[in-house]
Amino acid sequence: MSKAESRTAPLPEAGEASVGLAIAWRATLHRDLMLRLRRPGEVLNPLAFFALVITLFPIGISPAASLLATIAPGLLWVAALLAALLSLDGVFRDDAEDGSLEQLLLSPQPLSVLALAKVAAHWLLTGLPLALMAPLLGVMLSLPAGSYGVLALSLALGSASLSLIGAIGAALTVGVARGGVLLSLLVLPLYIPVLVFGAGAVQAAIQGGNVAAHLAILGALLAAALIFSPFAIAAALRISLNG
Amino acid sequence: MSLRLQARRLACERDDRWLFRDLDLEIRAGEILRVEGPNGSGKTTLLKILSGQLMDHEGEVLWNGAPLRRARRDFLANLLYLGHAPGVKTALTPLENLAWYQALAGERGDEPTRLAALERFGLAGFEDLPAAQLSAGQQRRVALARLELTPRPLWVLDEPFTAIDRDGVIALEARLEAHTERGGGVLVTTHHELRASTRLRRLALGEGGGDVEG
Amino acid sequence: MWAFLHKLGSPRSFYAITERWLPPLWLAAVALILVGGVWGLAFAPADYQQGNSFRIIYVHVPAAFLAQSIFVTMAVAGLVFMVWKIKLADMAAAMMAPLGAGMTFVALFSGAVWGVPTWGTWWQWDARLTSMLILLFLYIGVIALRGAFASRDGGARAASVLAMVGVINIPIIKFSVDWWYTLHQTASFSITEKPAMPASMWLPLLLMVLGFYAFFIAVTLTRTRSEILRRESSKRWVRELIEEGH
Repeated sequence: MSKAESRTAPLPEAGEASVGLAIAWRATLHRDLMLRLRRPGEVLNPLAFFALVITLFPIGISPAASLLATIAPGLLWVAALLAALLSLDGVFRDDAEDGSLEQLLLSPQPLSVLALAKVAAHWLLTGLPLALMAPLLGVMLSLPAGSYGVLALSLALGSASLSLIGAIGAALTVGVARGGVLLSLLVLPLYIPVLVFGAGAVQAAIQGGNVAAHLAILGALLAAALIFSPFAIAAALRISLNG
Repeated sequence: MSLRLQARRLACERDDRWLFRDLDLEIRAGEILRVEGPNGSGKTTLLKILSGQLMDHEGEVLWNGAPLRRARRDFLANLLYLGHAPGVKTALTPLENLAWYQALAGERGDEPTRLAALERFGLAGFEDLPAAQLSAGQQRRVALARLELTPRPLWVLDEPFTAIDRDGVIALEARLEAHTERGGGVLVTTHHELRASTRLRRLALGEGGGDVEG
Repeated sequence: MWAFLHKLGSPRSFYAITERWLPPLWLAAVALILVGGVWGLAFAPADYQQGNSFRIIYVHVPAAFLAQSIFVTMAVAGLVFMVWKIKLADMAAAMMAPLGAGMTFVALFSGAVWGVPTWGTWWQWDARLTSMLILLFLYIGVIALRGAFASRDGGARAASVLAMVGVINIPIIKFSVDWWYTLHQTASFSITEKPAMPASMWLPLLLMVLGFYAFFIAVTLTRTRSEILRRESSKRWVRELIEEGH
């Protein structure tokens, strides 16, 4: 090794630093996607849960198509929301247990940005597949034609907010043993605005209401979640790991 | 700019119990500081404070003369911390684990260097197996390979000898020596008795305070 | 002013200073609630539409005000604790959380009672009641999170973050629930509607609101003071205090 290594490295220039951050961000996203794909169950289980819950409703309520059609938007949204919640607990927990979360906190890169990469991986392999699968289940609930596109779009937009908000709860409960139920308790009340406008968008599509307004508000919620939650997630991770 | 980590009048309270008080210490280039003490004396907490993870303490930590809070980015870019848990993902191969750690440091890195680092830690032939198939000692070696891979002047190591076999211990001890000879600094907790050397200093943590020897 | 606030931040001087505040606070709380309550329940005129059932607002409205104010206060205390590391702020936040949850429950229960003569049912998905219900869940979350941590300091910090996240979300939740309610409006009466009131109706309400706030401050101070003694029981000033026979 050269002599130079014994000296402390100078702080990188701003340009260099952002290149470094881009490398770290992409590697973290790539790593999390790879980890999930190596255990396909983690990706498929929420989807199976979603389908199963949707199957329970006609059995529990009534198979009458007219009744199912009126409640379908809400049912699909609530079931998708719960399915997304199910996989949230593992976002930081696995990393905390094997010590790699500690290393993430010690990276010279800003933690809030790196945490965002982990949330993005969660959304890409949970929220997005749920959104793509929802129209299929919509058919089973006799969802009226013309609302399928809005259903998928509202779920894709909304589930991104759900992943961001949910990650705050996951970060807060990562130090708590068996924090799964607690996580739902913390996160579900915060999910209500997304549910209102998400299910509302599908309702509006069916009843000829203003779909664009609902989607615009969903977009605004996502923007707000993108701005605020990374900082909350970073703060929560620091607290959970170091008391 | 050479390496200098100082702590002044450090005190840490956890849920109404003082782990240590009025602790002064300094790590300079070319030194190994071994923190000793019984279980629960606050060794890991001290290491976490000195690596900038825990900020809830009294007193100051200075990195090259500047408070850690302000010099945080610069400090982290010069620090390599290995904690209790090895930080190795069992679903990934040793090579993939190292690739992430290199990227986390903001370096692109390349496979030959990663392979070389793994080989130096006796993991040749294991680089493409999922880490779940490796023994605890081998997983620890994957983590230790970062010492080779990412040259950082300050090493903070929490029980690095855990699960390592006898040959590995000797090699790691030699590596710590070599690092200080090149002007690096090491802060380490271990139950393993380190070979006496002019570079080695000890800090004993006990009931409510610490004493630095020679 | 700053010097005084700084002094108030230390548990010991807080304990000494607030000792003088407590008797007048408790007195004000009891007097205001008594006067407002008797006036509102017995002497204020009945509502021309709802008759005597409107009198539930003398409990419902102050409780609902307090439920929201306590959550905001809790979040501010959390911020003070996180930024300036004043442990007293966290003690106060921990002590007011159950009271806030209780007030939310009182607001919900009184709203339900009001629903019986007005809507003919115990529960109506009214915008205000729904928001209150969500607020109750937020309170339960903060209390549960604090209790779930093994380390008290960790639990305190986590609860502070959650209270702050919650307080940012409360207006968004309220907005979304109002939006949802106007889309699905079913009840003809809403507990949120406030018709113009004569002074003989709103004056007792004002007294009740002030009384509830005085009660909140008095309870929080009293509980925080005993929490100080509990947490600082190993310190010398507390032991001396006990020996003096206080």
